Amino acid sequence: MKKILSVKNLSVSFDTYKAEVKAVRDVSFDLHEEETLAIVGESGSGKSVTAQSLMRLIPMPPGKFVGGSILFNGEDITQKSEKQMESIRGKEIGMIFQDPMTSLNPTMTIGKQIAEGLIKHHSMAKKEAYNRGVELLKLVGIPTPEKRINQYPHEFSGGMRQRAMIAIALACNPKILIADEPTTALDVTIQAQILDLMKELQKETGTAIILITHDLGVVANAAHRVAVMYGGKIVETGTVDEIFYNPRHPYTWGLLGSMPRLDNHDEELKAIPGSPPDLADPPKGCPFAARCPYAMKACGSHMPEYYELSSTQKTACWLLDERAPKVEPPEFANVGGSKVNG
Amino acid sequence: MAKTKETLVEIKDLKRHFKVDRKNILKAVDGLTFDIYKGETFGLVGESGCGKSTAGRTIMGLYQASAGEVRFKGASVHEKKSKRELKNLTRSMQMIFQDPYASLNPRMTVKDIIAEGIDIHGLAKTKEERTKRVNELLETVGLNAEHGNRYPHEFSGGQRQRIGIARALAVDPDFIVADEPISALDVSIQAQVVNLMKKLQKERGLTYLFIAHDLSMVKHISDRVGVMYLGNLVEVAPSNELYETPLHPYTQALLSAIPIANPQIERTRERIIVEGDVPSPINPPSGCRFRTRCPMAMEICSKIEPKFIEHEPEHWVACHLYGKN
Repeated sequence: MKKILSVKNLSVSFDTYKAEVKAVRDVSFDLHEEETLAIVGESGSGKSVTAQSLMRLIPMPPGKFVGGSILFNGEDITQKSEKQMESIRGKEIGMIFQDPMTSLNPTMTIGKQIAEGLIKHHSMAKKEAYNRGVELLKLVGIPTPEKRINQYPHEFSGGMRQRAMIAIALACNPKILIADEPTTALDVTIQAQILDLMKELQKETGTAIILITHDLGVVANAAHRVAVMYGGKIVETGTVDEIFYNPRHPYTWGLLGSMPRLDNHDEELKAIPGSPPDLADPPKGCPFAARCPYAMKACGSHMPEYYELSSTQKTACWLLDERAPKVEPPEFANVGGSKVNG
Repeated sequence: MAKTKETLVEIKDLKRHFKVDRKNILKAVDGLTFDIYKGETFGLVGESGCGKSTAGRTIMGLYQASAGEVRFKGASVHEKKSKRELKNLTRSMQMIFQDPYASLNPRMTVKDIIAEGIDIHGLAKTKEERTKRVNELLETVGLNAEHGNRYPHEFSGGQRQRIGIARALAVDPDFIVADEPISALDVSIQAQVVNLMKKLQKERGLTYLFIAHDLSMVKHISDRVGVMYLGNLVEVAPSNELYETPLHPYTQALLSAIPIANPQIERTRERIIVEGDVPSPINPPSGCRFRTRCPMAMEICSKIEPKFIEHEPEHWVACHLYGKN
């Protein structure tokens, strides 16, 4: 599969009255055609900032690129002017936001919001854009699209608004679709519908998807590859099977252990003690060291490098160093299923 | 883990209707009947808009009931009471709210927030005693005494929820309604709060009504679970039984919709996808309310509302597929 996006050593900071908050620190990843990359992490881990940087949606100031590059089609997005970005947003990269209630314009009909991009990017005539809008609404599974297209967001239910937003994001056939917690605000039955829809659309259009979420269930359902973020850094990345069946980072173990399971009974959840680091003053070493039960001396002072466990799995943890004691993943991080060879 | 089956809260045909305008009435809760046993955790699940929060608030007496009754230790919650009677009741029932950011007064110190109940009920005679109680509570929920002098904005979401729990515990209640206490928190923090709630239950013999939409967490914490749909219970069962042999098509769909954190299972799993959205509670479907989305709907479903029957011991269901319905 062809690589279409390459993020290299990206660092994004925000100037606040207190200090510079280093939200994203030295993040690198690639995205290929037709794949879904999930970025997982807690709030404040930098996953949304990473995604918004790809679209240059970070208000600057107070935000700023500190370093690194985002290569899309061989061009660096961080260097583009606002004007140039306008022709990328919506056309090349589409975005679905978390909250369908607040991210649609309440004063515009759904049809107008879909047509907006088509008219701008594809110089379509109004009539033509509306017809395409009806098709798109049909594609995302909204019944009676001819009628719905002239309605306002408040006339749609939560699930339908999310579908409408997907229609808007897909209107110009973007090469990349960024979905920032697309199902968090939805009920589980609707979530299942939306995830199925996204997978189907991906099959049809070949769009690459970046799925931002904190729900490991959603990841297992929809992703091909996973990047686990913590404290502004990617601590582990790999294929979905590697992350679930052969996780090597203690934070990934912690995440897997703190999820309640439907198939086992009455065990205490393995909570990760403490809370995430303050990124205004990020720890010098591994961001997870303060909460990590296996932390060693080196963890507090030196950021571990990435250890390549396979051609696809990379983990930043000192435990993988040959000088470190051998630590096996704890039993609670075993989600069941066969291990992959790695 | 309910060893004794002593009923603490008895809910009978409870209704809570809201007037929307002159013509329309929104029946948020429409005929709930269930018991909560002493010392257990009763989980109430359902999608947004199904009336689970309204049910929790009405059971607490924060809303007046439109019909039906709630009996707490045998005494009615909604009947008119003298001030003293009301105080006695509110002391034994407390609530933990969903949003730890909105439910703490930003202008009060944590100490005063927690002590509010202690002051109202006169549980501390001297200032020293008040401070001592607050400090104990802070420690119980995993914070320390120094935190008492700070303001809510200085805390993270998980810490705030701990403050909310400390506030609920301050008056030594028997029964706590927890309305989505963890849904605003991160996964790793959710586990901390749930473990804390379980520990406190063991130590203090608390009874919980745990309201949530996250079924896997509800299963984890609850002894029994009730599933709500459009203002009514469709199924009540001990939690393991509900998850292993769900009877109602809605429960089955809800369970199959939860993504499981295991890619191999996810790839091969057959989902029951329910079509469409939840209908409006202002004008719910006739007969069984789930019939418009139900894959098993029959003719009778649109005509007659199924009765809530005990299909198996302790396993209640409202569906025409079962029993005498």
